[in-house]
Amino acid sequence: MESFLEIFDIYLLEAVLNGILLGGVLALLALGLNLIFGVIDVTWICYAELIMIGMYGMYYLFSVYHLPYWVAAPLSILLVAALGALLHFLVIEPLLSSPPINQLLATGGVLFFLQSFATVAFGIEFRNVGIKLPILAVGEMNFSYARLLAFGAALVGMVAVYVFMRKTYVGTAIRAIAQDRQIMALMGVDARRIYLITSAIGGALAGLAACLLVLMYDVHPFIGLSIGPITFLICVLGGLGNFVGGFVASFLFAEIISLGGLFSDLEWGYVLAFGFFILMMFVRPAGLLARRA
Amino acid sequence: MLVVEGLVKRFGGFTAVSGVSFKVDQGEILGLIGPNGSGKSTIFNMLSGTFPPSAGSIRFEGHELSGLAPHRIINRGIGRTFQIPRPFRRLSIFENVALAGYFGQNRHSRARAEASAERALGMVGLPTDRGAPVDGLGAAGLKKLELAKALATGPKLLLADESLGGLDEAEMDQAADMLRKIRDELGITIIWVEHIMGVLMRVVDRVMVLDHGEKIAEGLPHEVAHDPRVVEVYLGTDAHATQAVAAARGGPAAGPGR
Repeated sequence: MESFLEIFDIYLLEAVLNGILLGGVLALLALGLNLIFGVIDVTWICYAELIMIGMYGMYYLFSVYHLPYWVAAPLSILLVAALGALLHFLVIEPLLSSPPINQLLATGGVLFFLQSFATVAFGIEFRNVGIKLPILAVGEMNFSYARLLAFGAALVGMVAVYVFMRKTYVGTAIRAIAQDRQIMALMGVDARRIYLITSAIGGALAGLAACLLVLMYDVHPFIGLSIGPITFLICVLGGLGNFVGGFVASFLFAEIISLGGLFSDLEWGYVLAFGFFILMMFVRPAGLLARRA
Repeated sequence: MLVVEGLVKRFGGFTAVSGVSFKVDQGEILGLIGPNGSGKSTIFNMLSGTFPPSAGSIRFEGHELSGLAPHRIINRGIGRTFQIPRPFRRLSIFENVALAGYFGQNRHSRARAEASAERALGMVGLPTDRGAPVDGLGAAGLKKLELAKALATGPKLLLADESLGGLDEAEMDQAADMLRKIRDELGITIIWVEHIMGVLMRVVDRVMVLDHGEKIAEGLPHEVAHDPRVVEVYLGTDAHATQAVAAARGGPAAGPGR
């Protein structure tokens, strides 16, 4: 009996730690989407498809053109950042004063466009960059290096964004612009430039996520479908546009998935997490950290 | 410094400003008065680029401004305050002003932004410590913050929009003296839009009166106060302003009855 408890505790600890590692990556995914929504008041339905393009970027740069990982990764991040800025310039800016449903439909259209584009351009085969990172064994617990690396890089990315938003005046303008676009202009700020910068940062975060996910998953044109929904649920659970809420929700979700997976199959972890989401939508419809009206 | 010619603004079939021309000289304070809906704010909105004029030209230091985006006009050196203060409440007082200082001037430099924020806050008498929140400010404090933001952008011309609404009389006098001090010490030219005429007449060099989108009078304060058309416009419409006209003529300074 005692030995069973000991083993069980080890597995529990392992699951909790793996949950934290997963939470870091989910938080990175949520941050990009929250940034765009919080600042520009637009939801990029095609956010996960930008990640998919970034993963293909990694695949081609690393596996086909044989660039080292540390060269391919910044290039992929730049590629998706440029894509984010382009998305804003071509699709969002003309629709800024349109009803939200039109903006949703337009970025939804971009989702299908990118999926179809990837299918035609890259084919439907599952591609793998072929990096096999070892497993780190601590006592009787196992952690994959890929996850540790992803967690670390996600954390660095989030801290970098935080410092940029707090310590620079462009960041300060990004934090403030959602409150009053007109006043910003009368303080000498070009709102269009701030939006473009924000979109590029959102894209760069998607690109960073792509560089990390490619270590753990194969890339195919529809991978966005397995990344997008969970990212949206986390953002909504935390309160769309609420950075801290998204952060908390990411780790909550990750722990539910990880612990749920411990007691049963991994799929049940997701069922539990989504069930929790549905429940919370009744209890706190405006998000976890929403102030009571 | 500023030359406005034949300025027109139509909203659909309604003409808010019809053919207004005026000049502002370097270093003067021009008062812009008129009843509600006379087109004062519309003129300000065109000067600051919020919307383009339907016709006419706005030349600032020899360059045409009409059609420029608001942030470009700020960068040319025209600052603006709002009747209703609109600070960013999630930022501190200092951050609000430093942000204006950073983006308002052509060269984006952190050191310059913070130096001009400190100068502007010192000028209006607000605390210069970095963390003081906006929420602690009352009506007078918010007006000062509004002014400090405009000053931090390094304007040559300041558009002050009805700066004194919502203040008591001591605060009004203080604010009027502040505008004069800004002109005297910083050499900033000012156009001041105001409802409350008495206190305005005391400080401005010249006054321009608008009614129904047209200029009906322009001149020295005591001349304008005696202008029969101005008296007519104000007599029928606004007892408050009539008292102010009387005050400006040199009569007893009757305060607004409350």
